[in-house]
Amino acid sequence: MSRRARLVLFGLGAVGLAVLWVVATGGLPPVGTDVHPYRDAAVAAAAAHATANVVASINFDQRAVDTLGEETILLASVVAVTTLLRPADDERVEPPDPPPAVLPATRVAGWALLPVTLLVGADVVLHGHLTPGGGFQGGVVLATALHLLYLAGSFPALQWVRPTRWAPLVEPAGSGLFVVTGLVGLAAGAGFAANILPTGVLGAPLSSGTVLVLNVVAGIGVGASIVTLLGQFLRQEVVIGPEAAS
Amino acid sequence: MTLTAVAWTVAGWLVVVGALGIVRSRNLVQTVVALSVAQSGTYVLLIAAGFQRGATVPILGAGGAGSTPVVDPLVQALVLTDIVVSATVTALLLALTVQIAKRHGTVDPDELRALRG
Amino acid sequence: MTGADVGRVDVVAPLAVTGPVLLACLVLVIGRWAPRPVVDALALVGAAALACCGGLLVAATSPGDAVTWLGGWAPAPGTHPVGIALVADPAAGLLVLLVGTLAAGGLLFSWRYFASVEARFQALVLLFCAGMTGFVLAGDLFTMLVFFELMGAVAYALAAYKIEEPRSLQGGLTFGVVNSLGAYLALCGVGVLYARTGQLNLAFLGETLAGAPPDGPAVVGVVLVLVGWLVKAAAVPFHFWLADAHAVAPTPVCVLFSGVMAPLGVYGVARVTAVVAPGVGTLAPVLVVVGTVTAVLGTVLCVVQRNLKRLLAYSTIAHVGLFLIGAADGGSRTWLVYLAGHAGVKAALFLLVGVLLARFGSVDEIDLHGAARTGRAPDRLTGALFLLAGLALAGLPPVGAGLGKAALEESVPGVLVPVVVGVSVVTAAAVLRAGLRVFLGVGPRPERRVDPERTSGEGEEREMSGRFERVPTTMLAAPTLLLAAAVVVGTLPLVGRVGAAAGERLADGTAYRASVLGPAHEAVPVEPVAWHLSGVVTGLGTTVAAVVLALVVLLSGRVPARRRRPVRRAVGRIVLGLERLHSGHVGDYVAWLLFGAAVIGIAVAAPTLG
Repeated sequence: MSRRARLVLFGLGAVGLAVLWVVATGGLPPVGTDVHPYRDAAVAAAAAHATANVVASINFDQRAVDTLGEETILLASVVAVTTLLRPADDERVEPPDPPPAVLPATRVAGWALLPVTLLVGADVVLHGHLTPGGGFQGGVVLATALHLLYLAGSFPALQWVRPTRWAPLVEPAGSGLFVVTGLVGLAAGAGFAANILPTGVLGAPLSSGTVLVLNVVAGIGVGASIVTLLGQFLRQEVVIGPEAAS
Repeated sequence: MTLTAVAWTVAGWLVVVGALGIVRSRNLVQTVVALSVAQSGTYVLLIAAGFQRGATVPILGAGGAGSTPVVDPLVQALVLTDIVVSATVTALLLALTVQIAKRHGTVDPDELRALRG
Repeated sequence: MTGADVGRVDVVAPLAVTGPVLLACLVLVIGRWAPRPVVDALALVGAAALACCGGLLVAATSPGDAVTWLGGWAPAPGTHPVGIALVADPAAGLLVLLVGTLAAGGLLFSWRYFASVEARFQALVLLFCAGMTGFVLAGDLFTMLVFFELMGAVAYALAAYKIEEPRSLQGGLTFGVVNSLGAYLALCGVGVLYARTGQLNLAFLGETLAGAPPDGPAVVGVVLVLVGWLVKAAAVPFHFWLADAHAVAPTPVCVLFSGVMAPLGVYGVARVTAVVAPGVGTLAPVLVVVGTVTAVLGTVLCVVQRNLKRLLAYSTIAHVGLFLIGAADGGSRTWLVYLAGHAGVKAALFLLVGVLLARFGSVDEIDLHGAARTGRAPDRLTGALFLLAGLALAGLPPVGAGLGKAALEESVPGVLVPVVVGVSVVTAAAVLRAGLRVFLGVGPRPERRVDPERTSGEGEEREMSGRFERVPTTMLAAPTLLLAAAVVVGTLPLVGRVGAAAGERLADGTAYRASVLGPAHEAVPVEPVAWHLSGVVTGLGTTVAAVVLALVVLLSGRVPARRRRPVRRAVGRIVLGLERLHSGHVGDYVAWLLFGAAVIGIAVAAPTLG
């Protein structure tokens, strides 16, 4: 289709959808309404399981299977990216070029921030059931900590840590652990993904039962995923090249 | 304009403008980013649906559910799930874009002619 | 709903969803060191186990639907639910059984020779199965969406698996963008429905909406959700991605795409329509129109293809149109049986095309003219299976596809019967034409032109490592078994009984809501789907018609693209125009997506809301 025809078709569709949107949102309660029945039930359930962060309670306790699905999507995408960015039949893997010089200031800043970021990431993961945060957010912070090495040092520094060796194993292990935690509940007769650990006192560091465990598992899994993802893209850029014409 | 009108309009606008970005795009990276823009419209929709005036964050104090109402935590959980999904699908599509750039020699959708009929 | 059955489903349903995920994780961890047969065997066992779970679910839910509230979050009567429910009914069980069987067939086909590094292909197939199983068993709208996205993410990677081929990458990208946007539209619908009712659980949502006549948010929300599922089902005008994705995906993957992934969209439409929006009367007629247009368009485009995989893909689109017609208007009893029979036949056809690719390096019908007429036993077996499958697609008794077709003809309104008959005859004729040309060399050899408007089947990358003078047994065993399964579907009375009951219960939203919310209804006996004399006669008739049509086309010496006389030239120009619309351009597809969503939405909303 010509560009103009495409835009006209789109325009008609957009106008139609806009009309439908006005009809739909016109009939909804106003934004800021007091009526939220699901919220009332969810807050009560979170309090019953001594989980201070209600969002974490929903994600890892009440609607844990949605989070399991999300974790699986993460796993699937990482496997997919690894598959799609693999060296093709007509490409080869070559050692990276020597790194360009990095400013001393950048290097110091990177190395100094590395332990700080790791601590912050661990804190976000471990307190996910008490404060905003949790496994997913903390996992991303942990992964970026690793890539400070890339900014501060160079790609060879990352190679020394060798995330591409252990990350693709830690990630499926993390997802597998998530499923196993759910299955333990099933085996205990309480139902799949039931909160079977003692829930403790609301607000205490060791409370909320399996929410804490799943937070940690998710954090590890997500951290390994992001490391693998970034590693694959970096590898594609730096290390994979066309086969030399023989 | 009232908050209600602004919130719903922004949500719908983002989805449509994201789709427009895909339709008009001359670069596949722009296509993938426009897809993310379209999804952010859904985040606005969900968060707006869960908002309550004068309510506070859904973190329970030591006394359990207090007298102040909290905003709807469910929509926040849904958005959290969706952000992860969106990030991973974006990574996947960008990986495809990288390979397309290598194999087709271009990232312009107008110039991809391998599949027709 | 007896206590023992529910207890079993409480274990089997979560296991069916998470078992494949766990197995995929295991396969990924050991994939680096374990030998290939171990990985293949694990994956195959996993798929077979999933099929068994499906069978168990069908058996356990025949007296009544079984509801499992995960994590022990069953709501006390009268309270707001906070957990996720998995709802198993015979339709869901049947689809899980289908997923497992087709995955096993695909994995058997790719045994040992399919190019897979570090077990990633097997892991992706298992994750794909998990996504489909979760979508089918979920009783919660957002959970359905999450597993829909899982299905999608894995499918995009599997479609673009052959990264050395530019076509695969393009097909995977358009697939990814269009399906994701469809999912985001569905998410908008979920958001609107949640803001209106405060519910995400399907049954509770339906119950809340049933109290009042449908208003703006209810109608538009449901329509947006249905648009998402229709994109997956490849209904017109959301269908553009399917032909592209099928043309490029590896053949064992096409088995899953055509056999069960696209029809899962129709299942989603049927489920949501029945449970959430039975009061929206305009949905059924609009869906029938969409189904009819899909069926006709798929058939027309099927005929002009020279790429065998694309030909089969358009045939799938046409049949999905028929399933949609059945699900929307009177054929609810019959379309699941048709789906099961069609899946076996279509899967076998795709695998046989895979054998052709492995043997001769091409999937182009014109390029392969007479190529398989080598006189060797495996090639002759391949040809026999291919032609048999083509006849089955036309409605040959007693194969399952024919049973489903005959039953569908009997249940839809009379005006739609010609559509059902026409689709079966013409698509089967296209398949038979291809088979006769490739395996028997029938008809004059067409000139080998390069068609700028059409995707050819040449230059397709081999999927298997190594050249094949001798086709491995596993590669031929898989289509044979799948075709045999299609015959079983058509002959075993149990299938007709279960399929009919499953279809009726799928369409019965009131019973579904009752099983989740309150006292469950007794399962009502349903007339089983079976062969009647009229069905046998029409089946034989359509088969003969398809064979005659194929032979006429071949022997009249006309290649599909040539048109001489004015009427035929006008028709040819229309067909060419339609072909040009399928441009492979992602911007075009998205424009059609928005346009189609708007049209369907207005068609449903305007009469309902006045």
